[in-house]
Amino acid sequence: MSQIIFITQNQERYELSAESGSLMELAKANRISGIDGDCGGVCSCATCHIHIHPDHFEQLPAASEIELEMLELEDNVSDTSRLACQVKVQDAPEGLIVTVAN
Amino acid sequence: MNQKCIIIGASHGGVNCAFALRKEGYQGSIDLIDADPNLPYHRPPLSKTFLNEDLPISQYSLWAEESYSSENINLHLGKRVLRILPESKTIVLDTGEILPYDQVVLATGAKAIMPSLPGIEEAKNLYTLRTAADVVAIKERLKSLQNPEIAIIGAGFIGLETAASLRKLGHPVSLYEREERILSRVAAQPTADYFSALHQAHGVQLFPGKTLSSVSETGNRVTMIFTDGSTKVADLAIFGIGVRPAVRLAQEAGLTTDSGILIDDHCQSSIADIYALGDCCSFIHPRYRRLVRIESVQNAVDQAKLIAKNIMGQSLSYEALPWFWSDQYDTKLQMVGINQGYDNLVVRRELDNDRKLSVWYFEGTRLLAVDAINNAKAYVLGTKYMKEDRLLDKELLANPEVPLSK
Repeated sequence: MSQIIFITQNQERYELSAESGSLMELAKANRISGIDGDCGGVCSCATCHIHIHPDHFEQLPAASEIELEMLELEDNVSDTSRLACQVKVQDAPEGLIVTVAN
Repeated sequence: MNQKCIIIGASHGGVNCAFALRKEGYQGSIDLIDADPNLPYHRPPLSKTFLNEDLPISQYSLWAEESYSSENINLHLGKRVLRILPESKTIVLDTGEILPYDQVVLATGAKAIMPSLPGIEEAKNLYTLRTAADVVAIKERLKSLQNPEIAIIGAGFIGLETAASLRKLGHPVSLYEREERILSRVAAQPTADYFSALHQAHGVQLFPGKTLSSVSETGNRVTMIFTDGSTKVADLAIFGIGVRPAVRLAQEAGLTTDSGILIDDHCQSSIADIYALGDCCSFIHPRYRRLVRIESVQNAVDQAKLIAKNIMGQSLSYEALPWFWSDQYDTKLQMVGINQGYDNLVVRRELDNDRKLSVWYFEGTRLLAVDAINNAKAYVLGTKYMKEDRLLDKELLANPEVPLSK
């Protein structure tokens, strides 16, 4: 069980916990604004863009080439941008903080 | 007085429209109706992981059940709409319920085509692949067999994805296509060549140029007879030969239809307060200035969000650039744009990886569409170029020594 903190563009803060699945699925289950996940989690639509807290970014497995390319031209892209569908809850460090990009 | 919105069809389009209405502040009642009894689910996995893994359809839900109740969306699953009566602004359900409306959104989608050929109606073990129930039936049939032999009719995306998923399970798959090559309706030769080679490398037996003429039952198997006289006996046959938009309700209600329900740039049908979206409707795409009917999640979802805003009093025109994806084996195809009407192509093969390919469709100098294979960079840049109407140097584009530039 990992605790994950989501902060939306409206500065709403959600402290969630889960055992499995992706950050996108967790966000969708809790109806977090700005995470659409239209493609169902297959790295095809870039509607689940998040920023990982800089302290946590290096602790996650690296993004695939396709994920990086999908992010490259997104609005609000940063050095710690990820697609939430590609980050597994089980890989998240305890207390992971992510900010929803849109 | 509180408004009443009825959404007919609870797949990607209908469900997104309901949630988008709440997000935009719609205060009235929302009734979301679908004949499919399952909690609305993601459709793309049906031909992929839902087919070859053992998870229930509830694992693929678009939203958890609680989300509908907390957003005050009334789900009517397993119910069929019999009639829309625009004069009285009511709809009639097969349960006998009559629901009044202020707005109706038609998100009725499309139905998989089963060809009408001799023997089809009598034969068992013939399947289409469009709904969760279709796939459950296919999986049950597969489980009842030791080493099932599968024939797939139609080498479009459904046929190819189904072939890939079933090869992953190790089953023998033969894939038949009426046209002289696969993906003939949707992609150019270089894209088709890539996928032909991919499927052959994974052991799919590909038979282009084969037109089915009849089928017959042979014991517990099915025999397919082709127009050239050849035959194939299989344990089951899956048809991926296309869909028919579900327009009956619209036609009976007096809405104008073409290849689908005709909608204007606001996604409004020919009758006031009736909107339509997704696979069931046709519209003139402003970028391409041609009548299109688009079968994709993106189109349904984007039209759904726009309709929600227009119901809430905005007056937005739909101009989203269409995009699409298909995952087969470890290959990802991403398409953007509409390639209809192209008259020249640029094919780009990246130097670092021979699995990376992009096919650029032009009408004269104008970029219409891109197929990006294992190459998300070509996909995102192609999207950007089209949005900017950028004039591209085709020689540079084709030259893999020159990186694609922003």
